[in-house]
Amino acid sequence: MNAVAMTPPRAGKARSTRWIADGAFMTFVCALMAFLYLPIAVLIVFSFNDSRTLTWPLSGFTLDWYVKLFSNTALLEALGNSLYVASCATVLTLMVGIPAAIALDRHQFPGKAVFRRLLLLPIALPGIVTGISMLNMFRIFGFGLSLETVILGHATALLAVVVTQIFARLQRVPKSYGEASSDLGANGLQTFWYVTLPNIKTAIIGAGLLSFVLSFDEIPVTFFLTGRDNTLPMYIYSTMRRGITPEINAIGTLIVLASALLILASVLVLRDRSQRS
Amino acid sequence: MRHRLFDKTSRTLIMGIPILWIVLFMLLPYGVLLTYSFWLKKYPLFVPAFQFGNYVTLFTDPQYMQVLLRTLKIAALVSGASLLLAYPFAYFIVFRLQSARWRTVLFMAVIAPLWVSYLLRAYVWKTILGTEGILNTALIGLGIVDAPVDAFLYSQFAMVITLTYIFIPFMVMPIYAALEKIPRNLDEASADLGMSAIQTFFRVTVPLSMPGIVAGFTMTFCLSFGDFIAPFLVGGPDGLMVANVITSQFGSALNWPLGSALAVVMLILVLAIISVSDWIEQSGQVEL
Repeated sequence: MNAVAMTPPRAGKARSTRWIADGAFMTFVCALMAFLYLPIAVLIVFSFNDSRTLTWPLSGFTLDWYVKLFSNTALLEALGNSLYVASCATVLTLMVGIPAAIALDRHQFPGKAVFRRLLLLPIALPGIVTGISMLNMFRIFGFGLSLETVILGHATALLAVVVTQIFARLQRVPKSYGEASSDLGANGLQTFWYVTLPNIKTAIIGAGLLSFVLSFDEIPVTFFLTGRDNTLPMYIYSTMRRGITPEINAIGTLIVLASALLILASVLVLRDRSQRS
Repeated sequence: MRHRLFDKTSRTLIMGIPILWIVLFMLLPYGVLLTYSFWLKKYPLFVPAFQFGNYVTLFTDPQYMQVLLRTLKIAALVSGASLLLAYPFAYFIVFRLQSARWRTVLFMAVIAPLWVSYLLRAYVWKTILGTEGILNTALIGLGIVDAPVDAFLYSQFAMVITLTYIFIPFMVMPIYAALEKIPRNLDEASADLGMSAIQTFFRVTVPLSMPGIVAGFTMTFCLSFGDFIAPFLVGGPDGLMVANVITSQFGSALNWPLGSALAVVMLILVLAIISVSDWIEQSGQVEL
């Protein structure tokens, strides 16, 4: 059918207003993208600038700030601490979050609404409340603060993220799969291992990646729960107190690079999923 | 018989682990937090007590009320600004954009900054807006202003920009999800019934996307309400927020009971906001 022949005479005007509207939208989207990405570009560009101060115009190209990073032992130690904390917190939060998501999806029990509300609370709850309440508890029971208390704090704060992601996936897995499995004689653990788990595998990887990144980057909870050891963001934060230096831009650029790689990884995981289904 | 035993164990594990965790690391700490908020500060530290003095201080000392109101104002401004930016964007990519590929790319582009360190995203605004910062030095270099404009950094304006920049993905995600669920033929039906595009937008699209707006508003409001990094980096004395006051009670001021009382107030406020938003979402629910 010929679309042009179908259009009434008024359509010419309608089309031109639509073009204007789309043009306006397009400009707006470009402005929004500039708002989101220009600052990141600024961060990266100034990490290569050979001046101590962050002022325009740029003065020259240097890699000095990066060289300095690799000889900064306090920074490298903080990086190691962060990797340790983020790995442990991710594993812990998955170990609690997966069963929690299954319980929300598959089981009916009294108090489910409260259970759900509590589980999902940390998504909107500022980290400072989690940090302070756990600090108070550790203190009252005489626990010393360490990287391990930070891990417990992160796992608690990130639980909601993991549960929402895995719960969303579970909702799309037909209940009949589990029923078929138990009809065929599998017990609960077997059904979990051979039927449920393979179906939610990519959601678990995605949630794990996200909680790793969020834990790696976490400050409010860490701020209250860490002992002598610093994580990387805490180290950067304390450097910022002393003033801004291009060295921070260099760390920042490397973190942006690492984030970009992780985003790429998670996109690949997602694509893997859409191809299979 | 063996099966039933297995099923029982797995069910116990599935229910038991999360419940144990919630009790140990959420309910118990909240309980301790509440307990602490009734304690008394007594030099050099604090002693157990049961009195409401800390709460009375919070609600009578104008200094705390001022900070609380300022925090509410900034959180509201941030949520408003995020909504104004996020809604047209989400609307455009869901309804106007023809290419599904571009839709995914643009959506990802807005979400991606979430993966980039939150601290750095706040820090970079400090370097841009500072007196010696990039914006000021560029403006001077271009001859637009003669002296650096102080107003950029250490102001509520700087806080709203920075927090909007940080939390805008939380507004885009739920609005995008809500808009995507709206069937396209409703637009056509509305046009057939003689509504203009603008009428359709305000009387069909906006009401149907309300759950997304409410969810996004709740998230950005609660998160910016409790933030203490951005105020510290770009806020200045005029931009101090509740979370900064809590932090100083646990640091230099060394008054944990008062800090705990403030944290309890924050917890209750967040719970109230979540309950209200749940209620709005449910009462405005339309089955599509």
